[in-house]
Amino acid sequence: MADTTAPLTTADGKPLKAALASAQAKARRRAFFLVLPLLAFVLLTFVAPITQMLHRSVHNPGFTTHKDIGSGVETPIMVNLRAWFDENPAGTEPDEAAYEALAQDLVLLRELKAPGNVGTRINYERAGSRSMFTKAARSAAKLEPPYKEAILDLDEDWADPELWQVMRGASSAYTVNFYLAALDLARDADGSVVSVDENRQVYVKLFTRTLLLSLLITFLCFLLAYPIAHLLATLPLRHSNLLMIFVLLPFWTSLLVRTTSWIVLLQSQGVVNDSLVATGLLDDDNRIQMIYNQTGTIIAMTHILLPFMVLPLYSVMRPINPSYVRAARSLGATSWTAFRRIYFPQTVPGIGAGALLVFILAVGYYITPALVGGADGQLISNLIAFHMTKSLNWSLAAALAAILLGGILVLYWLYDRLVGIDNLKLG
Amino acid sequence: MALPNHASTLERVWHYAYLVICGLIFLFLIAPILVVIPLSFNAEPYFTFTEKMLALDPTGYSTRWYDLLLTFGMENPDAARDGSWWSDAWENAAWISAAKNSVIIGFFSTILATFLGTLAALGLSRPEMPFRRAIMAILISPMIVPIIITATGLFFFYSMTGLANSYLGVIMAHATLGIPFVIITVTATLVGFDHSLTRAAASLGANPTTSFFKITMPLILPGVISGALFAFVTSFDEVVVVLFVAAHDQQTIPRQMWNGIREQISPAILSVATILVLVSIALLTTVELLRRRSEKLRGVAPQ
Repeated sequence: MADTTAPLTTADGKPLKAALASAQAKARRRAFFLVLPLLAFVLLTFVAPITQMLHRSVHNPGFTTHKDIGSGVETPIMVNLRAWFDENPAGTEPDEAAYEALAQDLVLLRELKAPGNVGTRINYERAGSRSMFTKAARSAAKLEPPYKEAILDLDEDWADPELWQVMRGASSAYTVNFYLAALDLARDADGSVVSVDENRQVYVKLFTRTLLLSLLITFLCFLLAYPIAHLLATLPLRHSNLLMIFVLLPFWTSLLVRTTSWIVLLQSQGVVNDSLVATGLLDDDNRIQMIYNQTGTIIAMTHILLPFMVLPLYSVMRPINPSYVRAARSLGATSWTAFRRIYFPQTVPGIGAGALLVFILAVGYYITPALVGGADGQLISNLIAFHMTKSLNWSLAAALAAILLGGILVLYWLYDRLVGIDNLKLG
Repeated sequence: MALPNHASTLERVWHYAYLVICGLIFLFLIAPILVVIPLSFNAEPYFTFTEKMLALDPTGYSTRWYDLLLTFGMENPDAARDGSWWSDAWENAAWISAAKNSVIIGFFSTILATFLGTLAALGLSRPEMPFRRAIMAILISPMIVPIIITATGLFFFYSMTGLANSYLGVIMAHATLGIPFVIITVTATLVGFDHSLTRAAASLGANPTTSFFKITMPLILPGVISGALFAFVTSFDEVVVVLFVAAHDQQTIPRQMWNGIREQISPAILSVATILVLVSIALLTTVELLRRRSEKLRGVAPQ
């Protein structure tokens, strides 16, 4: 019979397979259209700004173009010097032609009132250069050949090969020099990458400190969270719900409130020190300095991140069947062995989820270290903020942020792989 | 957790030691939050309990710091408290205008985050959603990416697009930060959602809009509300983005607190902190009630 081999069709004669496929495509589209507005919003308010920041970390046109703030007109600057750099390879001793190019560019800078901007750009990589540019531009019009002598008369430092290398680097708007700076590296006179003087190495040290402190805080959170998560998971729900308030209330309380509280508790005239003095445990003159240093950062951040460890541990521990441990005990295991071989292995996924989450959050922490960290409790975020608001070296801030972001994204990817971002629960 | 009758002495000792350790950890969690409440009623400008306070002497306590919150930044704080005094306070007191800003920004960013987030969560929870995992990862990332990086990016972006120093910019940024919380809570509610209910509605002739408002919405409403509360708290507590992209006169409560803590910490900060603790207790209670209601609606009886 021919009927059995003919494809199945819907009532209106379409093949069933095609009808199903189009229905599924329609359902997919419908689901996607629900997500689309939010996706567009997040791309606009989150992904685009971060992409632009990444661009900023390699792009700094301060030495190549000048933008007039009032009219918005962009003028290419330092053209002559750039031409000289193009003709001569890195490491060439600057000759009379180079100084002539520099003198011509300085005249233009003076006309545009831009020597400050150019000097600032060079100053990012070589301290003390800004004033050289402003000073030289002031006398630019009076410069006479031979230019080399004339310029060196203004300031001997113009002969510094390091300065010429920095100008060479800055003469292209796109540069990786800010990433080099963020890793305590610099280019020497002939353009090869070397590490900077030991006393100027700050960034690698701060990245290392951020990592170590975050690891320590994660470990402390684990130590403190494990027993109470276990207690909450084994108590009857009625009691544990009550005790859960101790975990959820801090979680819901403002970060600034909790940081303030720690200042109140830990400062030298604070509650803890006063109690220790009052009970005679501590001499009035030997009050312990527990805040505005690394200790303050560690204590406050452990407190703030602890709920993020307790909640995943709790949700893993709650469904563990207590009869496994009882069976182990009945077979002769001591309570320690039963815990170590039976209970603990079942909680490892919770430990992994909590530890990764706490670590990810700790690495990027800003507010608490800024308020209670003092000088040695600062993390890398605080340095990014410093370059954004105080030193105004925005490209370096962007490069530091990009490195931090890279690290966080790797951890986030790992979290998604191991735990699954859908399993993130809040209370 | 009860100790069995046959437990050895060592086990008994360990059991009680364990309870004591747990007690200390709970104390560590809650003490910093509770300690500010009595201290905010300190009659003296100290951050520690005075002897009078410890002796429960009423003269050791005062509401002067709460009063300072009302009068700080007014034209004439000492005027008689009649109608014009109150309108002066409402217009000029620094903390009150900070509170107004916080509420306005929080309200609009919550609406935006909840609306967009709920729609997206509905789409994400459908089994046929393409690239589900990748999109989810992007939408949750504002919670994971350090706030300083977000703020830095927004600073560059807003100064280019002219959104800097505007309410709209802050509201959009805060909505972005609140979105992960809405997505997480609403998808969690939708996990237990029985899709045969909407199919039943459809088979009875309801169109998608009707079945959404009559069937889906009432069931996921508790999740949506707790997501909205999370988003509101996120905005209400956010300071870094405000510092980076808001104008100088756009003070919010956290920004005002931040300045207060950095400069000269005054006990008035503790009274703000106390008020905020009470707000968080109220919010926590609401979320807990919503969670129970949601479980009841879905027929998941509490264990």
